[in-house]
Amino acid sequence: MTDRTHSDISLRVNDATHRLSVDNRTTLLDALREGVGHTGPKKGCDHGQCGACTVLTDGRRVVSCLTLAVAAEGAEITTVEGLAGDGELLAIQEAFIRLDGFQCGYCTSGQLCSAVGMLAEHEAGWPSAVTADVSPDRPAPELDATEVRERMSGNLCRCGAYPSIVRAVLESAAREEVAR
Amino acid sequence: MREFAYQRARRVREALVAGGDGARYLGGGTNLVDLMKNGVEAPARLVDVRFLPLDGVRDAPDGGLVIGATTTNADAAADPGVRRRFPALSQAVLAGASGQLRNMATVGGNLLQRTRCAYFTDSSAPCNKRAPGSGCAAIVGEHHNHAVLGWSGHCAATHPSDMAVALAAFDAVVHYETLDGAGEIPLSEFYLPVGDTPQRETALPPGALITAVSLPKSAVLPRSRYRKVRERASYAFATVSVAAALDVHNGLFRDARIALGGVASRPWRARAGEDVLRDGPATVERIRAAADAALAAAEPLRDNGYKVTLARNLVTAVLTDLAEEARR
Amino acid sequence: MTRQTVLESGLPTGAVGVARPRLEGRAKVTGAARYAADEPMRDLAHGWIVLSTVSRGRIRDIDAAAVLGMPGVLGVLDHRNAPRLNPEAGHFFGPDGGLQLLQNDVIPHAGRPVALVVAETPEQARAAAEALPVTYDEQPHDTDFSAGHPAARPAMALFDGPVDVGDVDVELAASAAVVDQRYRTPEEHCSAMEPHSATAWWEGERLQAVDTNQGPFFVAGVLATLFSLKFEQVRIRCEHLGGGFGSKGLCGPQLVLAVMATTLLGRPVRVTLTRDQVFLATAMRPVIEQRVRIGAGADGRLRAIHHEPTFALSPLAEYIEGCTELTKTLYAARAIRTRPTVVPLDILPPYSMRGPGAAPGSFALESAVDELAERLGIDPLELRLRNEPTAGPVSGLPFSNRNLVGCLRAGARRFGWAARDHRPRMRREGHLLTGTGLAATSFSTGAFPSSASITAETDGTFTVCIGAADIGTGARTALTAVAADALEVGTDRIMIRIADSDLGPAWPAGGSRGTTSWSWAITEAASRLRDQLPDPARPVTATADTTQLLGELPSRERHAFSAVFAEVTVDPATGEVRVRRLLGMFAIGRVINPLTARSQLVGGMIGGLSMALHEEGIRDRNSGRHVNADFAGYHIAAHADVPDVEADFVPDHEPGIPVGVKGAGEIGNVGTAAAIANAVWHATGRRQRTLPIRLDRVLED
Repeated sequence: MTDRTHSDISLRVNDATHRLSVDNRTTLLDALREGVGHTGPKKGCDHGQCGACTVLTDGRRVVSCLTLAVAAEGAEITTVEGLAGDGELLAIQEAFIRLDGFQCGYCTSGQLCSAVGMLAEHEAGWPSAVTADVSPDRPAPELDATEVRERMSGNLCRCGAYPSIVRAVLESAAREEVAR
Repeated sequence: MREFAYQRARRVREALVAGGDGARYLGGGTNLVDLMKNGVEAPARLVDVRFLPLDGVRDAPDGGLVIGATTTNADAAADPGVRRRFPALSQAVLAGASGQLRNMATVGGNLLQRTRCAYFTDSSAPCNKRAPGSGCAAIVGEHHNHAVLGWSGHCAATHPSDMAVALAAFDAVVHYETLDGAGEIPLSEFYLPVGDTPQRETALPPGALITAVSLPKSAVLPRSRYRKVRERASYAFATVSVAAALDVHNGLFRDARIALGGVASRPWRARAGEDVLRDGPATVERIRAAADAALAAAEPLRDNGYKVTLARNLVTAVLTDLAEEARR
Repeated sequence: MTRQTVLESGLPTGAVGVARPRLEGRAKVTGAARYAADEPMRDLAHGWIVLSTVSRGRIRDIDAAAVLGMPGVLGVLDHRNAPRLNPEAGHFFGPDGGLQLLQNDVIPHAGRPVALVVAETPEQARAAAEALPVTYDEQPHDTDFSAGHPAARPAMALFDGPVDVGDVDVELAASAAVVDQRYRTPEEHCSAMEPHSATAWWEGERLQAVDTNQGPFFVAGVLATLFSLKFEQVRIRCEHLGGGFGSKGLCGPQLVLAVMATTLLGRPVRVTLTRDQVFLATAMRPVIEQRVRIGAGADGRLRAIHHEPTFALSPLAEYIEGCTELTKTLYAARAIRTRPTVVPLDILPPYSMRGPGAAPGSFALESAVDELAERLGIDPLELRLRNEPTAGPVSGLPFSNRNLVGCLRAGARRFGWAARDHRPRMRREGHLLTGTGLAATSFSTGAFPSSASITAETDGTFTVCIGAADIGTGARTALTAVAADALEVGTDRIMIRIADSDLGPAWPAGGSRGTTSWSWAITEAASRLRDQLPDPARPVTATADTTQLLGELPSRERHAFSAVFAEVTVDPATGEVRVRRLLGMFAIGRVINPLTARSQLVGGMIGGLSMALHEEGIRDRNSGRHVNADFAGYHIAAHADVPDVEADFVPDHEPGIPVGVKGAGEIGNVGTAAAIANAVWHATGRRQRTLPIRLDRVLED
């Protein structure tokens, strides 16, 4: 049993390993921003109430402001900086630009990470709160605007870019569908 | 936030040993870390229990289900067994928080989450739950979204969980371990009445670690539903929610379950309403009578009387929907 | 280069009018765009603010010694050691006591900064700030607003002062139908997603700051006055802003305290507000009660509008929530009377929030007009069309260009208004009631003095410098198009620099006057540059300041106009209101970039939806403090609340102003709340005169 209040950890972020010495109080969000230097994830509320800090851990979307850095050791973390591989934007990033899925851009990195995680959840057949019948014996819910809105509701946007974000998500989902 | 030590437990016993005085078990952290930021919780040590072998949903020998305590809310909601046999539980979990938070939060942690009463999370306000004896600011202050059932003059906070409301309807049992051995508590006895000790919330022994929640086969009813009303369409705590299940046969209500969220310090199982339905004719009148009975004990505060109406209407609406489905 | 004349005729040229994605789009979708709290900085110390927990009183003691020994703590600033500030400093309404932080032991409101703890890391600063013992001598406070409050007095009359046209009482007495109602809107918070952050440091005699504000030049001026510095000694930059909506229009507490700390400690200091501090210590829209009396003849012609808004403010600073702007603009009436009134309370000084005055004002006026239509048995659309004025209803001045009718007609057509049964509570879909409503709106437009400089570089590109700020409007992209057209070159040859107080005087991003003011300065600078001979060997720079040109603009009623249409569903058993359709038709002058302008308008309408259904700052009746100072308690609309909102433009143009633009920032917000409230009445038969339209206000037994 250790009673140290600081920890030496290594974080796997966007396929790179970062060795950090952190105060155990440090959130993953602060470690990413201050320690790793990835300021894409944003601190909109620091209480899990806005989604601006959303990142992917092991492919699942989480809020990094309520994740302790020390508890994230061992997970594969993806931030908005790591979404585009080799400078090539994801379809959804490109759609955000073309369809104007943001205004001030502060919630954008969270919206993007959340959308990527959400599409994987839908792909896995997960229902949502607006899915009429959650029975696993029914066909998986089609991803329409209502489903996207419900599933993306953990990401607030005060500029009100919601309709463009929903369009961008649906469009990029459709394109990936075609690609498959 | 106070400084703390952090420890990852790989075995339950290891967690229990580390979980002694001043320690807290860390699941998803969605509530605990938040409360630590607010200064409401100040543990000296966090014991990370997410790596314990307590993950996943499995069939119980009796034909029910056992949900491991570290199963995330998201995994519990997506589980085929939960969706097939206890759809209202899946719906309740999906109605809570956001996709991100459901990916983090664990079933065990969800049961232990604390009220979102603003006076509880504001360390400079009086609150008997946070600082026993300091008074309740809500009863005389802002309580638009506070309890209408089972509150006391010491505290009128509501329990925030959606999941627990469905678990209450389905006769769930909470399983735990302590250094002295394992134990279980029916959900109906898991949350303590408010009384004059609102700081004491559950019947868990000190240091106990929740290991699982089980749902008996007897709670599997043909139809169940969770419906939640809140101040925006998503990503908000319940104003009032209802988990209900029905078995309708030959024009009679053979069995019924009704539990309410957002109205009390715990998920509120409305047995009085169920009794009105059970073995009665499957009619709208009977449903209305059941809704009245479910709320008969309600005592609203100065500014939250609407919750009684809302809860009554919601019980009526959900039961009516289920009964109509059964007829089709 | 030839002199360009096409702009004078208002015809589109190359870049203006073309939809273009934002210049900073790639940076924003890859996380590369740096906001104020993202700027890397060597030797940075972190400040954490301590706010007053009492609503009125005096500080008895702050025991700094108790935390100075904590790990990493570098210092504690409070009223005993903070640099002295100049009490003359203020914003638009005169001296602002809200700026006078840590100057004495007086607590004028809850949430007043009483100390700043500075430490090596944010965690250490936070821990020490939370541990800092502060004791108070509490005094009785008053945060209880009512229109009949004994301290009520006339509002400052800098603008939106009281007006009297005709005799309201006589005209009301002669009216066939009269509506006399009170409308109430709560405290509302701007709630930009980015919390306020400032980093300040000294470079020799020069104060440098990276801040989050809507007008770096304006804020630099306030800061210079506040710290008794020469303007040239202050430089403020704010490259990217995570929204503002008014809350970043001021010299904020983050900046004042960061400057104090760097001055005392001699190293860079960053102060970033927490979300609850944003709620508690940055300005909100005040609580407002409005009485509207409105009367018309049986023919639907308005005889009188009497509009009395009363809003809360703080004794620390004057403020005007200009609620009667639309009352003096939208409709012809024989008599118009306005009496803006204020109630000073022990609260943080309120300030402009998106659609200042007009958003709550239009909720009252356009709800009352809808009620009047109901009494008269006239289609609410028709009632509005019948009262179209030929000149300013109060000023008598001609309108520069008024296209409200175009908005109403085009919107009605697209929305399918003609098929509407105007009787309430006639439409059911299962257990849901449905209804539709509309509102007419306006927002004043115009320009304020700004300067710009353009340099013709030797490589054929042009560097355009203007002290604008981009709070999410797409200012860089829009101004690049304006500059390209003014210089008659492609946008690829324009390099734009903004968001730096060193770039010269410029109006902030606010009041729906940013783009108008800036594009004027750029157009003028381009014109001057073209008058100079190009020199292939060296860069040539031309600078323009529009102050004098603005003075030459003829006096006109200048406004943007719009019509908003809403369709709602209501579940009377639960009180749930959902907006199913939302359409706005806008006359906002020439549209520089239809892609970003549409986004701005749609976003404004969503802000209006949020105001209608969700937003409510709540205070504890005993302590006077905010109860719901977070996003779990103060709800703003989430994805699931928002339908596929539609905004479109009617052809429009603002004469006399280069590029022909009006503002787009505020008007989207205006009118939506009334349109939704009117739709809820149409669905349920019950008027909603208090916002937000909460569950308990709609729920039926």
